[in-house]
Amino acid sequence: MAAHRCGLSLVFILILSSLACPSSCDALEKANENTGEKQSVSDTPREVNTDGSIAAEDLNERQWQSTDVEADRSDGTKDSESFTAAARDQFQEELVIRPLHSGDIYASFQFRTLWDTDFLQERQKVSHYRLFPKSLGQVLSKFSVRELHISFTQGFWRTMQWGQPFIPSPPGAELWVWFHDTVSDVDGNWKELTNVLSGIFCASLNFIDLTNTVQPSASFKPLGLGNATDHRFLRYATLPREIVCTENLTPWKKLLPCGSKAGLSVLLKSEKLFHSSFHSQAVHIRPVCQDEQCTSKAWELRQTLNVVFDLYTSGQGKKEWSLFKMFSRTLTEACPLATSSKVYVDITDNPEGELFELSPATPLLSQAVVLGDRRTYSVFDLTRAEMFGQLRSLNLLLRWKGDSGDMLRPLLHAERYVAGFGLQTGEIHTVIYNNHPYRAFPVLLMDSVPWYLQLYIHTLTVTSKSRDNKPSYIHYQPAKDRHRPHLLEMLIQLPPHSMTEVTVQFERALLKWTEYTPDPNHGFYVGSSVVSALVPSMVAMNTNFTQDQPLFSSFVPVKEESSYFVRVYTEPLLVNLPTPDFSMPYNVICLTCTVVAVGYGSFYNLLTRTFQVDEPSLPLAKRLANLIRRIRGVPLLA
Amino acid sequence: MAFSLDTNCGLLNHNIIGPIYCTSTIFPPDILITQFWFNYRHVANTLSVYRSVKRLGIPDSHIVLMLADDMACNYRNPKPATVFSHKNMEFNVYGDDVEVDYRGYEVTVENFLTPRSKRLLSDDRSNILIYLTGQTGNSHGGNGFLKFQDSEEISNMELADAFEQMWQKRRYNELLFIIDTCQGASMYERFYSPNLMALASSQVGEDSLSHQPDLAIGVHLMDKYTFYLLEFLEEVHPASQANMNDLVSVCAHRVSVSPGHHTDLFQRNPGSVLITDFFGSVRKVEITKDTINLTSSVKSGSGDMQIESLTYVDQLPVAEIIHQKPKQKDWHPPDGFILGLWTLILLVFFQTYGIKHLKHIF
Repeated sequence: MAAHRCGLSLVFILILSSLACPSSCDALEKANENTGEKQSVSDTPREVNTDGSIAAEDLNERQWQSTDVEADRSDGTKDSESFTAAARDQFQEELVIRPLHSGDIYASFQFRTLWDTDFLQERQKVSHYRLFPKSLGQVLSKFSVRELHISFTQGFWRTMQWGQPFIPSPPGAELWVWFHDTVSDVDGNWKELTNVLSGIFCASLNFIDLTNTVQPSASFKPLGLGNATDHRFLRYATLPREIVCTENLTPWKKLLPCGSKAGLSVLLKSEKLFHSSFHSQAVHIRPVCQDEQCTSKAWELRQTLNVVFDLYTSGQGKKEWSLFKMFSRTLTEACPLATSSKVYVDITDNPEGELFELSPATPLLSQAVVLGDRRTYSVFDLTRAEMFGQLRSLNLLLRWKGDSGDMLRPLLHAERYVAGFGLQTGEIHTVIYNNHPYRAFPVLLMDSVPWYLQLYIHTLTVTSKSRDNKPSYIHYQPAKDRHRPHLLEMLIQLPPHSMTEVTVQFERALLKWTEYTPDPNHGFYVGSSVVSALVPSMVAMNTNFTQDQPLFSSFVPVKEESSYFVRVYTEPLLVNLPTPDFSMPYNVICLTCTVVAVGYGSFYNLLTRTFQVDEPSLPLAKRLANLIRRIRGVPLLA
Repeated sequence: MAFSLDTNCGLLNHNIIGPIYCTSTIFPPDILITQFWFNYRHVANTLSVYRSVKRLGIPDSHIVLMLADDMACNYRNPKPATVFSHKNMEFNVYGDDVEVDYRGYEVTVENFLTPRSKRLLSDDRSNILIYLTGQTGNSHGGNGFLKFQDSEEISNMELADAFEQMWQKRRYNELLFIIDTCQGASMYERFYSPNLMALASSQVGEDSLSHQPDLAIGVHLMDKYTFYLLEFLEEVHPASQANMNDLVSVCAHRVSVSPGHHTDLFQRNPGSVLITDFFGSVRKVEITKDTINLTSSVKSGSGDMQIESLTYVDQLPVAEIIHQKPKQKDWHPPDGFILGLWTLILLVFFQTYGIKHLKHIF
């Protein structure tokens, strides 16, 4: 079916481009030239190009020209105008490789499609989709979605060993959506949206219902453009038990313009990706500024895939990583539909080359301020043909020479665990660490606990440095059995260099016997807590929005220079509820029936049974003789 | 399952552009119903039939695949994202483009018989193939039922009734039912709708055996019946002329238990029914040279674009959060408990003091 659709869409595109005028092709080239100009004037990030003269923009333009279809001048101008007004979208892809101190390696793919259109405008019905996937576009317009963030994760991100990820995500599936304020029935839209998304991504998102959906009152502010933030239009749900496997990756790859055929997405092979310590794929859709003046909106679709390969299972214990070792593929070309296709390798810890050696060497370096730190990256621009060398393949190789020192502790870190014993009560402990030496900053902790763990909020205590720490804002919505989970949000000020502990006691509920899953002895999952904070940054963050910032540094909008926004997810909890023995009804029925049958039956027989002597039956000859005798009227035999 | 008992439209839509016609639409659901790691072979069975069916031309939009447990990305799988059907890990049936429609807890009797979402839109020209594998009642109990997730079951009467409903609503043209479990023949004993053909891996009273274990993975990889079925299907190509009699006979003499088949309800002679009628799909493509008129898209009307100040929202506005007014809760009418309490108080009051004292109070 994929081949069919691919073939059909190609036919469709060819028909349309042959009908369009050359002015449409000019418009595309003009857009490209604009971005080219911007690249040369901006100074952050600085492109230290030791070669000097070769500009990537010229190659980009040349690339575009070679893939243009022959324009047919036969049709009128009316069609061409509507065509130019309809689709102006661009696609960028990038891969960031960051070697971690523990010997593992972190690869982060980001694919961004930017489209200048408005789904929510009433008069304009969007019907021409080019790079933006049609399935998502239809979902956005049908359910009046302002922002959509969905992620599927396998594994848990270890902040203490790996640092902060570019885009955090909790284990399992997480979905949070901001609806437009014209929606009247948010819950109905939410229910239908989860069903449609579960069909698109082949996941069991239809298990999201009112019992695990919450409406946070201060967390999860929109990441895109917007004025009003009425939290009535926000819904958040998480499914910690959701498995991620090839059947989720396949539809995710189908949303990409180049599919899995060209560009960076050829590296996405499921056998290698799922044999890793951490795998997370996400889709983020939000409205963003079209340009620096920010006069009009554009829709941005970001597909991100974060994966951490383990030194021992994937790396066979040797500290030597290459694209072929990680993905069992090498890069052969950039995606022809992409305006930029780059690979960044983090070499901040390796300024003189004493820690590891990177080959093929590249003169292009780039600096970016991301996660509060200024990092240096080697840039491989895949749109340049000379990247691929004689063999037409690019295989990056990182070979370690020395031992890396200790990692800097991350500034914000959180843990969560269940304390207590028995199957009746327990205690949830959430521990948040602030490792900054002298700055205190506030964090917003959001906890969503299912209704079958009945929290006792009067036992809630927040202690920092063994003293009571009163939160400046608490929002608590109690659970309603079988309707609504608990929602607890607190704004806590973390003192510098301290550990803050939040404890709350709970009681486990006994469920109705139909509500147990087929395997209740596995336990029940409680979703991760979310800690959102504005962490003080070591270097000044970049508050200007520019088109050519690398994708990994432009995900979260930055409002002030001195801090950056970070979200940390804790571990999900696995809690045992008191489980009845499901074999007991069968046992009870057997036992009771046996007792009744044997005991009562024999007693009844003893009381009511009477014995009679039975005449033995005569043999056949005698019976016949008796019959003849009866006819004759003669007395019968014995 | 390929039908629904009410007539709402499903989620699948066919994007047909241009003059392409589908003939003999075929809808095969593949269903696997057991949990736990040691039932790895059931997943391998289902996936191998799924693979054959896809290879012979049926698109994913016409297949419903239900897997009750996740074997490929299970933590016990030494090679994640793979499911092997032959030992020494020769043949990965999981592949790279599998689409599972129902997985984990979604595989229930209710979703099997009446799916509320992700259903197929079959009509009276569709041929349906249903492949079930799992565990039936065998030494664990009676026969005539199939276990779902170890906690539910579907009986052969329910299946027969479901097929009859499908027939009444004209949801299939011909149906082939294959079941690979112990005592599989007991599941099709009660069928009574026309145009049904059923194949089972074992008779009543017999057990269906598994084929080969793999020492690296540690469990049995496939069942014997499906193994030979897969071997047979590997030789079938979309234009093959093999018929049902070949299918029935290839599995008969090589396995130690005797598979059963039930062709009485089928109107055509099994010898004239092609395998590809159920397992494959051929699409006729008609090319046209006529001009197609495309409607122009609606004008964007961007004349009155609002130049509102568009800004990003502050991610953690501390001051705003602290001074957030508590939300006005909607007024709800008093609960039943409160009403009952007040009624009780009033009743006791009037009982004690009597109605005639009312005028002193009001």
